[in-house]
Amino acid sequence: MLEIKDLHVSYGQIAALKGISLSVPDHAIVTLIGANGAGKTTLLRTISGLLKSKSGSISLGDSELTKCAPHEIVAKGIAQSPEGRMIFANLTVMENLKMGAFLRKDTDGIATDMEYVFSMFPRLKERHAQQGGTLSGGEQQMLAIGRALMSKPKILLLDEPSLGIAPILVRTIFQKIVEINHNLGMTVLLVEQNAHMALGIASHGYVIETGKIVLEGEASWLAANEEVKKAYLGSV
Amino acid sequence: MRPQLIFALIFAGLIGLSLVTGKIDPYYYTVIIFIGINITMATSLNLINGFTGQFSLGHAGFMGVGAYVSAIASTFLTTHGLGTEVMGGVPVMAIALLVGGLAAALTGLAVGIPSLRLKGDYLAIVTLGFNEIIRVIIQNVDFKIDGISYVGGARGFAVPQLSSFLWVFGIALVAIYFVENLINSTYGRGFLAVRDDEVAAEAMGVHTTRFKVRAFVIGSFFAGIGGGLFAHFIQYITPDNFTFLKSIEIVVMVILGGMGSTYGVILAAILLTIMPEALREFSEYRMIIYSLMLIVLMIARPQGLFGSETFTRFFAKRKAAANKV
Ligand SMILES: Nc1ncnc2c1ncn2[C@@H]1O[C@H](COP(=O)(O)OP(=O)(O)OP(=O)(O)O)[C@@H](O)[C@H]1O
Ligand SMILES: [Mg+2]
Repeated sequence: MLEIKDLHVSYGQIAALKGISLSVPDHAIVTLIGANGAGKTTLLRTISGLLKSKSGSISLGDSELTKCAPHEIVAKGIAQSPEGRMIFANLTVMENLKMGAFLRKDTDGIATDMEYVFSMFPRLKERHAQQGGTLSGGEQQMLAIGRALMSKPKILLLDEPSLGIAPILVRTIFQKIVEINHNLGMTVLLVEQNAHMALGIASHGYVIETGKIVLEGEASWLAANEEVKKAYLGSV
Repeated sequence: MRPQLIFALIFAGLIGLSLVTGKIDPYYYTVIIFIGINITMATSLNLINGFTGQFSLGHAGFMGVGAYVSAIASTFLTTHGLGTEVMGGVPVMAIALLVGGLAAALTGLAVGIPSLRLKGDYLAIVTLGFNEIIRVIIQNVDFKIDGISYVGGARGFAVPQLSSFLWVFGIALVAIYFVENLINSTYGRGFLAVRDDEVAAEAMGVHTTRFKVRAFVIGSFFAGIGGGLFAHFIQYITPDNFTFLKSIEIVVMVILGGMGSTYGVILAAILLTIMPEALREFSEYRMIIYSLMLIVLMIARPQGLFGSETFTRFFAKRKAAANKV
């Protein structure tokens, strides 16, 4: 279980997270929804160790992550598909995927997982020798998710996988997320603006507003909540 | 053909060539030696600037450290029993180059750890400053051991002649082989990842600072050895051999070669060593023509002579293309 308690993070003087508490049970899909600038990316980056917290704790099982370096956190089993995808532009699709497995030594396991990623996203297999930077936005998103899977994580952090992608592909990607969760038993923390889709596949959800959790509950309950409907689900 | 085999063949060819270098006109021989040294310099800087994406402007500083330290080592050894007559001077040169390379690598470590937190322009300025500091320090060092003068400050330092065609091109080959192998390994992909996206690299578990420092140390090591080869070839070094202008010259080779293409960088090193020489007949207009040619080349090939193509990938692609037919 990934457990976050009273987490504070700031950029210089500006506080971005003002006491976030949240927990992600093993094998669950939990979603975090919120408007632009609410602090979602900040939270994921802090979990991955890319940002340092001011106070509070992030724990995975018995280990405390706030003092860990990013590579140690990857080694502990947390991988991220970052916002904006951050593909290695000059590396091929295959090399990008291998970068995901950078800390792994089990060659056979890596090959098996590569096959799994390719079976999940056949498009990536077709384009395995193409440079990452020349992929379309949707393909890059698949690559970013595939790359995160290549570290064989226990917990997958996804930062807005639907960003800038056509609705039909968004549906496919969300199906894949469910598949990963079902087939591999992987825990998923999904950050989304597309609240409708996210609450559709998650079991539990949190709503974040300017650095604070303002609402939490079962996904179906949140989806039916009037405030959530008004703020995040539009007229849907 | 496997890369190892290609390198072995080239090395055999070098040994063959080294037998006839005595017949070459001394002027051409000098140009050829400078080509070899510049290949080592450019290939090693390419690891830092091209493959790892860190903009260093201090490569000549590390070259200077290597040149002076290796010259001190060889001068000391030749005057203390390990002269050029012992096995044709091979042991003394080997020790001198190794010591020079290690000294440069240590300097690289000392400069790299604090400064590699800086990015882009800042790193360029810091390394440029370091280059000048090294030069000024050398200018003020002068000491004697057993009555023999070492370093010699601004006056200069006489160095035994120990370089040869085989040393220079053998080392260039080692540098190329080492960097290519490194970059094409699973581990070495970390350098490319740092260049492409530092945050993403970090998120994949690459210890980015450590990788940058490693690139810097390895690059400095070969620059130091390049300096040693240079010192023991021209036999008289002064601090002015290692100004930031020399650093810029090497940076230009890397940029023209395609920032991360070993293949292109080698070609650029050859081209940019020959070009100023070939233009000698234009005397005072030489550097203007040289600069104009650089500008034209950069406009015509903004991605560098070969784009971001590595040796191994170049061959792999040709193989793939051949298999398709
Ligand atoms: N590097 C930075 N320096 C200063 N402030 C930052 C930095 N990155 C983010 N912020 C600020 O922190 C707050 C939270 O940003 P964050 O990126 O976490 O939002 P988000 O919820 O991911 O938004 P979006 O949905 O638009 O991606 C914002 O007010 C943002 O302006
Ligand atoms: Mg965000």
